[in-house]
Amino acid sequence: MSTVCASCLNILVFVTLQQRDPMLKRDGFEDILEERRNSSDLKYALRCYAPVLYKGVTPCKANMLKNIVLQSDQLRYVINQVSQESGEAPDIIQEEASVILEEMAHRLQISTVRFFAFALSKAFKTLFQHVCVNEEGIQRLQQAIQEHPVVLLPSHRSYMDFLLMSYILYTYDLALPVIAAGMDFMGMKFVGEMLRMSGAFFIRRSFGGDKLYWAVFSEYVKTMLRNGFAPIEFFLEGTRSRTCKSLTPKLGLLNIVIEPFFKGEVFDVNLVPISISYERILEESLYARELLGVPKPKESTSGLLKARRILSEDYGSIHVYFGQPVSVRSLAQGKVNRSTYNLFPRHIPRKPMEETQSFVNDTAYRIVRLQEDNMVLKPWVLMASLLLQNLEGMELSVLTEQTVWLRGLALSYAAFLDWPDHAPTAKVVSSSLALHRGLACVSGGRVSLVVGEPLGPVTPEEALFNRAVSVLSCASYRNQVLHVFLRPAMLAVAMHTAASSKKNEVYNCFSFLWDMFSNDFILCPGDTVQDFEEACYLLVKTGAVQMPQQDIVMTDIGQPTLSFFNGLLEPFLQGYQMLLPTLRSEHSVLCVFTGNLRCYEVLSSDMQKNALAALLRMDAVRKVKV
Amino acid sequence: MLTSDSCLSLHKHGSSMASDSNSSESQRIAQQRLRIIAGHLQKHKDDDSGTIATECKAEANKGTVPRKRQEIMKWNGWGYSDSKFLFNKKGQAEFTGKRYRLSGMVLPSLQDWFENTFGASVNHKSPATPALNASAVPPASLNEAFVEDLKATGIPFSHEAEDRVFRAHGHCLHEIFALREGKKFERVPDMVVWPNCHSDVVKIVELACKHNVCLIPYGGGTSVTSALECPPEETRCIVSLDTSQMNRILWIDEKNLVAHVEAGIIGQDLERLLNESGYCTGHEPDSMEFSSLGGWVATRASGMKKNVYGNIEDLVIHIKVVTPRGVIEKSCQGPRMSTGPDIHHFILGSEGTLGVVTEVTMKIRPIPEYQKYGSVVFPNFEAGVACLREVAKQRCAPASIRLMDNEQFQFGHALKPQVSSIFTNFVEGLKKFYITKFKGFDPHQLVVATLLFEGDRERVLQHEKQVYDIAATFGGLAAGEDNGQRGYILTFVIAYLRDLGMDYYVVAESFETSVPWDRVLDLCRNVKERINRECKERGVQFQPLTSCRVTQTYDAGACVYFYFAFNYRGLADPVHTYERVEHAAREEILANGGSLSHHHGVGKLRKEWMKESISSLGVGMLQSVKDYVDPDNIFGNRNLL
Repeated sequence: MSTVCASCLNILVFVTLQQRDPMLKRDGFEDILEERRNSSDLKYALRCYAPVLYKGVTPCKANMLKNIVLQSDQLRYVINQVSQESGEAPDIIQEEASVILEEMAHRLQISTVRFFAFALSKAFKTLFQHVCVNEEGIQRLQQAIQEHPVVLLPSHRSYMDFLLMSYILYTYDLALPVIAAGMDFMGMKFVGEMLRMSGAFFIRRSFGGDKLYWAVFSEYVKTMLRNGFAPIEFFLEGTRSRTCKSLTPKLGLLNIVIEPFFKGEVFDVNLVPISISYERILEESLYARELLGVPKPKESTSGLLKARRILSEDYGSIHVYFGQPVSVRSLAQGKVNRSTYNLFPRHIPRKPMEETQSFVNDTAYRIVRLQEDNMVLKPWVLMASLLLQNLEGMELSVLTEQTVWLRGLALSYAAFLDWPDHAPTAKVVSSSLALHRGLACVSGGRVSLVVGEPLGPVTPEEALFNRAVSVLSCASYRNQVLHVFLRPAMLAVAMHTAASSKKNEVYNCFSFLWDMFSNDFILCPGDTVQDFEEACYLLVKTGAVQMPQQDIVMTDIGQPTLSFFNGLLEPFLQGYQMLLPTLRSEHSVLCVFTGNLRCYEVLSSDMQKNALAALLRMDAVRKVKV
Repeated sequence: MLTSDSCLSLHKHGSSMASDSNSSESQRIAQQRLRIIAGHLQKHKDDDSGTIATECKAEANKGTVPRKRQEIMKWNGWGYSDSKFLFNKKGQAEFTGKRYRLSGMVLPSLQDWFENTFGASVNHKSPATPALNASAVPPASLNEAFVEDLKATGIPFSHEAEDRVFRAHGHCLHEIFALREGKKFERVPDMVVWPNCHSDVVKIVELACKHNVCLIPYGGGTSVTSALECPPEETRCIVSLDTSQMNRILWIDEKNLVAHVEAGIIGQDLERLLNESGYCTGHEPDSMEFSSLGGWVATRASGMKKNVYGNIEDLVIHIKVVTPRGVIEKSCQGPRMSTGPDIHHFILGSEGTLGVVTEVTMKIRPIPEYQKYGSVVFPNFEAGVACLREVAKQRCAPASIRLMDNEQFQFGHALKPQVSSIFTNFVEGLKKFYITKFKGFDPHQLVVATLLFEGDRERVLQHEKQVYDIAATFGGLAAGEDNGQRGYILTFVIAYLRDLGMDYYVVAESFETSVPWDRVLDLCRNVKERINRECKERGVQFQPLTSCRVTQTYDAGACVYFYFAFNYRGLADPVHTYERVEHAAREEILANGGSLSHHHGVGKLRKEWMKESISSLGVGMLQSVKDYVDPDNIFGNRNLL
């Protein structure tokens, strides 16, 4: 740190913030349900659908696509290789490849899409008040689709996400994407096939060493991309985030879609970050239970039918923000030397070079941060953040007052807050509480979390479990705002823990926290210094901190901000702290804490997993086979 | 087109012409013998060095290029002063002069094509400065002692502004543009010398070393790599060594089919003189009208018919080079040697950094009995490339095979002269109808391959059938001899067309690369796209023309040639914009597996990529050769390294 000129960095950070600061540049939204409420859904589902395609390419029939893949040099090479290794005849391997492809491939059919367009219109109107889309983003996307192959990268919070995506693209007459979906969906009779016919293709969750599977899969995706038959859509986070925090990105598919650019097979690839924000998530309480170890219900059609009861509830609005397309070519400029691909035949699969790997990793993180940046936050996420710091409950008036204060702070940190215009604060607070009445209630002027009351006698474990469900559900809202506050909050904690106010000591603490939390939060690799400078800049900007010479000190008015930030990260710090002795004692987490547990979030399997990964990464623990 | 024209008429008239030329040949040989005897007799009279000089001068200059090049060639554009494109008062394009097949013809479709392609207008002229402004030329800074010693040798020299400026540039866009604009020159040669033979060069190089003068060899002046530009930082006197007067064929060895030739001879003279004896080299780079043998050696040139005759490195048997350390040459003319790394390969491509190539022994072939053009239309570029790849795979490429993309195909059509008979027009119309309607080819997608077959008649016809059969499997359709020939005419006049463009706010340039077969399509697409994108980003107001053709096929890849032009109205510094775009295009080429150059060379234009291209160790190897051969950097043009 001491080697970096702080003032230069400040300017640099300021500039990047300006670039990233989307306050001025964020587009407005349009509610696409409005038209649906005023005109026939059937007409809508049957209307003429003629999207523009990539450079006017003619759409490719699913069968033709399969043939191209099966006959590609890439696949033929791997088939021969596998055949030589296994001693099986090439045509048997070829047959195997064909079966894999059959199992994987989408069979997009416009009739199925029309069916979904109709059914989803009905469902959305019942479930949601609004489905809002930034139309400028749609226009940018339309432009991008015509110029270069496009990869759609939505955030993933709900099963709803990919149906919603296709629905929106259909609504705006854009090319329907092909979507990478987990194989588990295929287990759903009928529905799996319906999804396949609306553009989903299915991949196994793990196929580590299976060369043939990988070859078929990657060639299938690349063929679609190279020829620009359809936009490709997948979830960088790999799975639905049960915590509503963005998950650290998975790189497999991103590697596949970027490689054709490095090999010169396409001029460019456009990555489009898409942020889908739900005011209330359909899976809300399911997720909390899952995090506490109740197994995820297997995807099944009957399960889906049972889930119909959710149709009777109000889930508020959805905001879908199509971000600025990111050109891989521009990103790679000066970072990856494409000519290193010149000396090896392009059809022979190769592990990406280190330079490429770190570029893809970096890109993945940047995209997830772009998703975070454009996540629309509702007033409730601010309220949830406050309530979680006051688990014993708080006066409604205090909550209201602090929410207003927090709103100001969030806005000055460029949060994308959807605060109703012209509504009195009390009204905003009360309507938020009304929508989330399953999570919080007001009684006697005090607001507190709702704890599910099971029938009959309650064991202490059950009581704890119910309490934890309510805390974790609430935390999934607080988590939505974390990306806005994360860096200043880490700085606040670092200032609190550092032995002195010397800038480099604070930085060392910050850097430790940054490193430790990099499994839990989206922290771009190598950005420690930049994040630190950003945190300083933001805290100074809001007057909470002063930086005379080489010190970082709190100002007279900084107390509320810093203590809020300390409280915000408290559950994570406590959780990580508690997990260490747990590991040593080898007892199940629940047993140890049944006594007087204050930190419910440590029970979240997500936090345990991340903490363990961090400890492993930092060499604090070691895996031993028993 | 001079040479091809004469070739063509020769073949059309068949064998009677050939016997004519044989009789004139024997006469010529007899005369030459006499001259040589006379020379030998004279030799005994004077001292050695004096004699050689006299011998050099005794020969009457038979070459096309006079010492005062500006007497027949444009000082600020391409080619002969009498030949140029212009839009006449009716707005129709015509090509002036008498030298070319297109000369004196009206090209009715060119204006439309020009205006539509570039968004240009014949009413918006950007005329060139009419004459060289001598005050824009820096005064000659002469090394007096060198001049004195040079005078004593009797070798002609000049320090007139016109002579010096003419040798201060090649034909890069920025060079020609600067001449047209009358820009002030930063650095030009301080004098020009015209050696008449090898021993003149030896003397000049010795004097240059003695007086520490910088020498820049100058052959045909057709460089497109800034290779002839004088390094502005050079403080010594710069002498341009113009080889144009060293233009004799010294002997022809019919037993071994080689000819020993002075390296200053230009392509068209070499072919013409050899043709008189019934031979040819078959080396026909597009610049052969003006480029010189020494220049070919110094840049590793490639000829259009390399499939039959080979590139320059395949044609050369023996090279004589004068360097500051003395003369390099091999001691025999064995057709191949295993004597360590081939020293010829230090010379081939040395771009004037090591010395002056003075004499070359190169292979010759009897003039082919029969020559036939041809063309094939393909539905799209992909099909065309696939066909060329197959032809290369079966190793049955004709003397020349080139695939022009759709843009170039349309360009070629715009150059069609006014048709004299209604009938030809009718036939053309039918053909067009057949290709575009009946065969379902999209006129905005179709591409054309032009072919040139050579050999004895029967073999040519057989060969032709083989190639057309392959083409048919890729959807190719034979499209006649005329289309083929037109493609090759385009090659010779396109440089003239650039001057026309520059009269109307259009700048243009070409560049080339070589690339493995599997990357040809990707490279072409990406480079074009990159150019379009860069133009847009750099504020070019009009859609640029980007066009490419596959001009050579090899076993393992192809040579791709790009044309790139745009209307520069509204740009403050069009040349700078152009250079940035070309730079980006070259980076794109390298990123897509293309080479830094197939035959143009590196010069100073592409030096920055040499390390990347041949590794820093490779650059070090070349540098150590340079350091040994020319420790004082007498050959200081600073090309390549």
